Amino acid sequence: MTDHNALATGSTADDAPELLTTPLDAEHRALGGKMVPFAGWSMPVQYPSGIQAEHRAVREAAGLFDVSHMGEFHVEGPEALALVLKVAVNDASQLDVGQAQYSALCTPSGTLIDDLLVYRTAPDAFLLVVNASNRETDWAWISKHAEGMDLDLSDRSEDTALLALQGPKAEAILAPLLEPDVDRAAPGGATPVPTPDLSELGYYRFTHARVAGVPALVARTGYTGEDGFELYLPWSGGVAVWRAILEAGEPHGILPAGLGARDSLRLEVGYPLYGNDLDREHTALESGLGWIVKLGREGDFVGREALALQKASGVERRLVGLRLEGRGFPRPGYPVVTMADEDGAEGGEGGEGGEEVGEEVGVVTSGTVSPSLGEGIALAWLPTELAAPGTRVAIRVRDRDLPATVQRPPFYTGGSIRR
Amino acid sequence: MARIPDDLFYTEEHEYLKATDEEGVYQVGVTDYAQGELGDIVFLELPAAGDSFSHMETFGTIEAVKAVSDLYAPVSGEVVAVNDALEDDPSLVNSDPYGAGWMVRMRVSDPSELDALMSPDAYRELVGED
Repeated sequence: MTDHNALATGSTADDAPELLTTPLDAEHRALGGKMVPFAGWSMPVQYPSGIQAEHRAVREAAGLFDVSHMGEFHVEGPEALALVLKVAVNDASQLDVGQAQYSALCTPSGTLIDDLLVYRTAPDAFLLVVNASNRETDWAWISKHAEGMDLDLSDRSEDTALLALQGPKAEAILAPLLEPDVDRAAPGGATPVPTPDLSELGYYRFTHARVAGVPALVARTGYTGEDGFELYLPWSGGVAVWRAILEAGEPHGILPAGLGARDSLRLEVGYPLYGNDLDREHTALESGLGWIVKLGREGDFVGREALALQKASGVERRLVGLRLEGRGFPRPGYPVVTMADEDGAEGGEGGEGGEEVGEEVGVVTSGTVSPSLGEGIALAWLPTELAAPGTRVAIRVRDRDLPATVQRPPFYTGGSIRR
Repeated sequence: MARIPDDLFYTEEHEYLKATDEEGVYQVGVTDYAQGELGDIVFLELPAAGDSFSHMETFGTIEAVKAVSDLYAPVSGEVVAVNDALEDDPSLVNSDPYGAGWMVRMRVSDPSELDALMSPDAYRELVGED
């Protein structure tokens, strides 16, 4: 038995002692978590129950993820909104206080520096949540654009623990743990301060509360396609909240879940991952993020001109979903090739590109066998003429070309996510 | 800790050979350590009975969630039986690698190749569980 992937054997977090650790490190180890290096952090890829069991727990009950490696930047001050509008492509001016949006940082040529979440915590204050792998790049980029602006920018990534409680039972597990955050009571507001009612908290909305006594920003967001919450906590409070949620969730069937399940869950609903599917070589439009690029909004932003030009001229390649027709396990880096259609013509959809059968035309960026569907699913780059849903191509799985069909994600549509 | 039974032969590729009731026929699978490192196994590609392989030739693959791995013939010989139960339930390799999770039975064509396999103690040393 020989591995083609360093994740499988030999490469553990213990081989790289310089890694950062989250406040939950000892909890993960006590639970038998398999620690691996990820974006400079030691993170659990799975616990003894295994990736598939953790995946199913999130789909059917609940899972608890430590995602404290994510980066948290705070932007505060009179020009906070102006900075967010300058660097992030979505329209942050449309956010209410207590609302979040998905956005992206682009280069002047429109390619992706990172994708991120933008939370409006006050009229003049935003929380930007970025990928751990891009934290330093993003910080330098945002800082450069903030020069001379009237605002404070702070990186609180290593003061902020982040837990994601995801699954259809998430609200039932979390609600009994909430108490009012009296320190955040509005002057002259209700007395006593009411406990936030999670049933009233909409998707991509957030509130403040104490969870197991720890002050938390409680957001109805996630990366799994299920209902659930992300809890931003002081670093020192992470352990208490982690333990309280696992204890409260036990009767509901909660499992601690690692990066492995997080990856298969997000892929089933077609969420791209920076570093796999998104990168600095491809624009936001090519990457399927056109829906967050608000070209017509107030305020110029980095990448706007290039993206407007590209929108007018059309993209030449697209990040698409692929579903294998037979048994097989697509993995990042596998080539996508043309295949003969039923008439024996080349390239599918009439073969407008004129490709030979078996010609490499794209590459898989993420792939797995969907635990929910039992079929191979993938995200891949393809030329636009082969990117229409229903187009047949093949994924070259080592020495064999396995037929696959372009499908618009999500692949899995049974999630409990609230829209 | 991974189980490393004392009555098996081992390879550096984390496979094992186990004697069967039939002289010269050995059950082949992957070790408990290997299944633990691979994690959840999604499916396997195994040869057909009657196929012959020479030492270290690829005879199949394991598709696990985290990675794909080749299976190498630990000795030269002919496949005399394949564990069809793994088609429906590949997780048997995870739950019972030395029992219900066996992969093939091989008739060894050159018994001297058995001498080159690893002892349980040597394998324990390889995986750092000595």
